[in-house]
Amino acid sequence: MSIRERLSGNEAAAIAMKQINPDVVAAFPITPSTEIPQYFSTFVSNGTVDTEFVAVESEHSAMSACIGAEAAGSRAMTATSANGLSLMWEMIYIASSLRLPIVMSLVNRAVSGPLNIHNDHSDAMGVRDAGWIMLFSENNQEAYDNLLMAHRIAEHKDVLLPLMVCQDGFITSHSIENIELVEDEKVKEFVGTYKPEHYLLNRKEPMAIGPLDVQPYLFEHKYQQANAMRNAKKVIEEVSKEFEKMTGRKYSFFEEYKLDDAEIAIVCMNSTAGTTKFVVDSLRAKGIKAGLLKVRMFRPFPAEEIANALSHLKAVAVLDKSDSLNGAGGALFEDVTSSMYVNKKQVPVVNYVYGIGGRDTTSYDIEGVYKDLMEIAKTGETGNPYRYFGVRREK
Amino acid sequence: MAYNVKEIVANKPSRFMAGHRMCAGCGAPPVARMVLRALHEDDHAVVCAATGCMEVSTFMYPYTSWTDSFIHTAFECAGATLSGAEAAYRSLKKQGKLPEDEHTKFIAFGGDGGTYDIGLQSLSGAMERGHDMVYVCYDNGAYMNTGIQRSSATPHFADTTTSPAGTKIPGKMQVRKDLTEVMASHHIPYAAQTIATANFKDLYEKAEKAIYTEGPAFLNVLAPCPRGWGYPTDDLMQINKLAVETCYWPLYEVENGKYKITYKPAKKLPIEEFLKPQRRFKHMFKPGNEWMIEEFQKELDERWEELLKLEEITNR
Repeated sequence: MSIRERLSGNEAAAIAMKQINPDVVAAFPITPSTEIPQYFSTFVSNGTVDTEFVAVESEHSAMSACIGAEAAGSRAMTATSANGLSLMWEMIYIASSLRLPIVMSLVNRAVSGPLNIHNDHSDAMGVRDAGWIMLFSENNQEAYDNLLMAHRIAEHKDVLLPLMVCQDGFITSHSIENIELVEDEKVKEFVGTYKPEHYLLNRKEPMAIGPLDVQPYLFEHKYQQANAMRNAKKVIEEVSKEFEKMTGRKYSFFEEYKLDDAEIAIVCMNSTAGTTKFVVDSLRAKGIKAGLLKVRMFRPFPAEEIANALSHLKAVAVLDKSDSLNGAGGALFEDVTSSMYVNKKQVPVVNYVYGIGGRDTTSYDIEGVYKDLMEIAKTGETGNPYRYFGVRREK
Repeated sequence: MAYNVKEIVANKPSRFMAGHRMCAGCGAPPVARMVLRALHEDDHAVVCAATGCMEVSTFMYPYTSWTDSFIHTAFECAGATLSGAEAAYRSLKKQGKLPEDEHTKFIAFGGDGGTYDIGLQSLSGAMERGHDMVYVCYDNGAYMNTGIQRSSATPHFADTTTSPAGTKIPGKMQVRKDLTEVMASHHIPYAAQTIATANFKDLYEKAEKAIYTEGPAFLNVLAPCPRGWGYPTDDLMQINKLAVETCYWPLYEVENGKYKITYKPAKKLPIEEFLKPQRRFKHMFKPGNEWMIEEFQKELDERWEELLKLEEITNR
């Protein structure tokens, strides 16, 4: 029987880590993910895990130590947010290029500046091309479940890529909600033991990793990384199915909420999906055919599948909780629209940048988006597709 | 300690293979070879190098000079990277996932750029956390890999590409950082300063002590660079000797807080002897620049006196 609990998102992540029992955790405190290494340190101090906790002096060192630990042949995990991830940035690329299946809990927060500790997705969007698998989580349950699946995906021989599980800072990391936990023994069995093929501590086969990799080789190595990311799709599908068998909780590349017969829909990630579901229900009660597509798997990006899932709609709004500051639109918007274009799905799509720096996203805001979509659906005209909601500005 | 360098060289297979691309007359390869020779033959090692001359010249895909396991990640994080590998070792050992009777040692190599400057925080963190590892700095006194830019290890007045000896500013105007002291102040079990001189004895013995002292250890090894310093490649050992005989590079160790100067020149040579053969100090010998040599000598004398006092105080 699964265990019913009430936990915050950070607690859920820490409990997942405890059940995974990684060999090494290296982390540095940063709001709002600080609680994860805090809770985890307690598990270490009380001997409930076998983990060596490396209390590093910076996030750059946290990722460096994770790389050293994973390359040595152990499972390494970390947690961070915002500027912590920014400081890791150099090592984020190195982790994926060395094909080390490190798992990170990323509690999304606005990247400075100016300084802001609250939620948006600018941290995650800054590493979207870094070669990490990126899974987003609507609530504590999904943050927990995604972490339980993480090692199975990342360590798969066809993948061997690092993976980050994202959740919204404060909104889910600090909100206590009901959660269903999997029993320790079941998690242990599901996650399995880590058996790397090559590792530094294998004295029978000393290895060298992280070479100077010049013109005749780097391109091929990057190509292999790209292939691994392509392979990850199938593995994520398989692992999610196996997880569903164990828990009954279904996970796909994305969640379609009342999307089948919808005429207008929102595409978004993380906790905003919860608010959007509430609005979809209330609109449906009024006979408005609203739907939602919640992206879980942002990297690899399920381009064809998303294009197909949105193809029947009359109007779509993509919500970006991070502005790309490129004069054209947010990252998720660009991914969705280019996916639709190359798959020849012609649907009017607009973009809304929202929630920056923890600006509250209310059901009224989401209703406003659907209202705009109804108008677009009627006319087929998008006008300026690069929009905002929730920001004060000059009229 | 019974010691015969010829025997060691003849009997212990080298763990640092020929064929690498380090320059002729570079001081770093003998350091790497000798430090690794100090490993007991049965012990495996995980070596980590910071980005720098040594790393790019010894591990260019798909070739490596390192017979032990080797990892390079980036410029500033050899300390943290190796600390992660060491933590993995402790974790796996504790869990019985590695054979009990087999030992792995952890050795990092970084140039002065990767150690004194950009990697100082990472090194400091790794040492403070007490990982059982040795960090070896091969100090050639500038960013040589990128083309001789000044570092905080660059000696006073040296001519580098970012502290050029010009008509208004005569080279680097700041004195060098004393990293060995900085590391000793971490109160780690073992910190030492050494060099590859004539018989390698000092380097070998300190390397062995560093590797087999439990906990963090730091070795600062002067490693001349023929391109950056401007000396003929076959003069490497002579330059090393002069660095020691002038007390530019005192040989000493700090073991559990106790200082021991491992070599005291019978007659300290004037600093000109060390400066003169090097192109980077050429401008100091121009008429009117005598003050530079005087100041350099004064700084060295002060540091040497300080060191003698530290030895005396900590051994009372």
